Amino acid sequence: MASVAIEDIRKNYGPTSVLRGVSLLIADGEFLTLLGPSGCGKSTLLRILAGLEVQDAGSVLIDRRAVDGLRPKQRDVAMVFQSYALYPHMTVASNMALPLRMRGLSAFQRLPLVGRLLPGTARISAAIDVEVMRTATSLGIGHLLARKPGQLSGGQRQRVAVGRAMVRHPAVFLMDEPLSNLDAELRVQMRAEIKDLHRRLGGTFVYVTHDQAEAMTLSDRVALMVDGELLQVAAPQDIYADPDDRRVAEFIGSPRINMLDGMVRERGVIDVAGSTLAMELDVIAGAHLTVGIRSEAFHFVDHGGPDVLTGSVRMIEHMGSDLLVHLDLAGVDHPVIARLLAERAPYIAIGETLHVGVRPDRVLVFSRDGRRLRRDAGHGRASIAPIREIAR
Amino acid sequence: MGGARTDRAPVTSPARARAVAQTLAAWGLAGPAVFFLLVLFLLPVAGVFVIAFSDWQFGARSFSFVGFANFREVFLDPAFRASLLNSVVYVLIVVPGAGILGLVIAVLIESGKSCRAFYRAVHFLPFMATLAAMAIAWEALLHPAIGFVNQALAVTGLPTANWLRDENTALPVLAAIGIWQNLGYAMVLFLAGLKSIPQDLYDAADVDGADFWFDRLRTVTLPMLGPVSMFVVIVVAVRAFEPFDIVKVLTQGGPGHASEMLLYTLYRESFEYLRTGYGAALAVVFLGIVVTLTLVQARIMGKRVHYQ
Repeated sequence: MASVAIEDIRKNYGPTSVLRGVSLLIADGEFLTLLGPSGCGKSTLLRILAGLEVQDAGSVLIDRRAVDGLRPKQRDVAMVFQSYALYPHMTVASNMALPLRMRGLSAFQRLPLVGRLLPGTARISAAIDVEVMRTATSLGIGHLLARKPGQLSGGQRQRVAVGRAMVRHPAVFLMDEPLSNLDAELRVQMRAEIKDLHRRLGGTFVYVTHDQAEAMTLSDRVALMVDGELLQVAAPQDIYADPDDRRVAEFIGSPRINMLDGMVRERGVIDVAGSTLAMELDVIAGAHLTVGIRSEAFHFVDHGGPDVLTGSVRMIEHMGSDLLVHLDLAGVDHPVIARLLAERAPYIAIGETLHVGVRPDRVLVFSRDGRRLRRDAGHGRASIAPIREIAR
Repeated sequence: MGGARTDRAPVTSPARARAVAQTLAAWGLAGPAVFFLLVLFLLPVAGVFVIAFSDWQFGARSFSFVGFANFREVFLDPAFRASLLNSVVYVLIVVPGAGILGLVIAVLIESGKSCRAFYRAVHFLPFMATLAAMAIAWEALLHPAIGFVNQALAVTGLPTANWLRDENTALPVLAAIGIWQNLGYAMVLFLAGLKSIPQDLYDAADVDGADFWFDRLRTVTLPMLGPVSMFVVIVVAVRAFEPFDIVKVLTQGGPGHASEMLLYTLYRESFEYLRTGYGAALAVVFLGIVVTLTLVQARIMGKRVHYQ
């Protein structure tokens, strides 16, 4: 178990800048998820942590020890790959034993036939077999040890890949989209298993995914990356409810957050889509803003007024417990999606005019350049959140 | 069913017309290929089989069937047995030689970064070149008095030989040329095989601690090349049963029968001695060997682990 410190990592592929100075501190035993759209550099960062790629600048420390010049095997990390990368010609047992054999046995002891005759080989091999069996049993794949990866289902292969990583008790587990090749049902199941595994092992996990549901359910903290930059690192509930950057708010949450153009009419009042919202912000009158409202921040009301948006119903998606109502608002070119409780919303027809109230405390306001403008918390000053929160 | 029978005429006749049209179209499209396959391939093969059971001689106006006499003669003929043995020895030298060297060169090319295209081309050239012309170049190199090989050996004080006229060296020298020729083919196949190994496996091997070149080779490269290697062995073996041009140009099977191989024997019996029936029987035996190898290959390739 170990902490991981990433200090100002930069990486370019030719003229393309993949990582633009990423810094991050991962605590001992933490489950941290690198979340971001594909191509944001999260996998590259993970591979740099593993030692499979070399950064152009910056430093990686594992357990307060700089590992920059070290090869992957010297870093005491284990990795689970998206493709599982199991050796197809080896049995499950050999796959899982390989990391232990490479470390426990000398090159001569690993030779076929001859190796077995050398002193110590039998004893060490027996210990490895015991360890492999123990790990396999704990993952529920003890009965599969004699099979080859080709004979296993996706979920079983995934467990073997995890087992191969676990078996030597690494300081840090690196997981590169390990669930993306599984079907939806299995993914949810494996998600729970990985969370449970983290609890049992207590190791430091760095998990890469583009799936926000995985990130939100698994992580202690989520690090959101876009275009090679770390936008925010925060606990799942905070990154959802209190994003620092417009891109964070847009990436997290489904359906996507509604973004509306707004203008400050006077202190405490913002004009949005033909209505007004009450927001205490220390921003000069006339300033243009972007107002972000998540679909569930709306509720049904029966007449217009302040903190109420009015539009005509374009489409209704029935989700069971609630409805997703797509509303066309005057002067807004894309529909606004409101999640309304099915039982509290009356029968709504397409084309009908609908009023939806907004909870002002759930409104997220961003400057035109995408920075979050936080509610004036009585200090008399608008607090502009830092773009990047670096936990040091 | 009774109801169906009454509407059968109106329902099925357009369907039948369509089926007929489809059949005609199918034959129309396949026709030219079928015709040429028959005329250029299947009929000649059938002809060879017929001749193999006859005493026909090239140019003769009559022939009669003699049953298995030609085959009996083939298998009792010491010249044929020498030729078969030479072919087997040749294959046993060329297949491992070209396979192992091809693999080594492919791995070296793949692991380096510079001049890949150049190395690939250089090693593949012999395979592309006209072997009869190359054989003449080899003949010049191997000339006992003025050839480069003997001169180089003499300069370094090593024993020289009359490579193509010595019964102990003729076949090995032909095999060496065979390796030189097939190496590039094996290399290209191995290069393709190496390209298809997922990088993830090497990454996993690195993380697992198998990052020394020998461990990477043993853990990932060689096992993943298993199916390709099998293919290389069979394909090169089939090719190694067929050397004719180098034998014809360099040794004419000599000295004695020391470097005579199946295809050359076949040629000599059929077209020099004009023993066409005997030659056809040889051709059938040869075809049997090649078809067997091909079937073995198909079977192995079909069953063989296609990883993941």
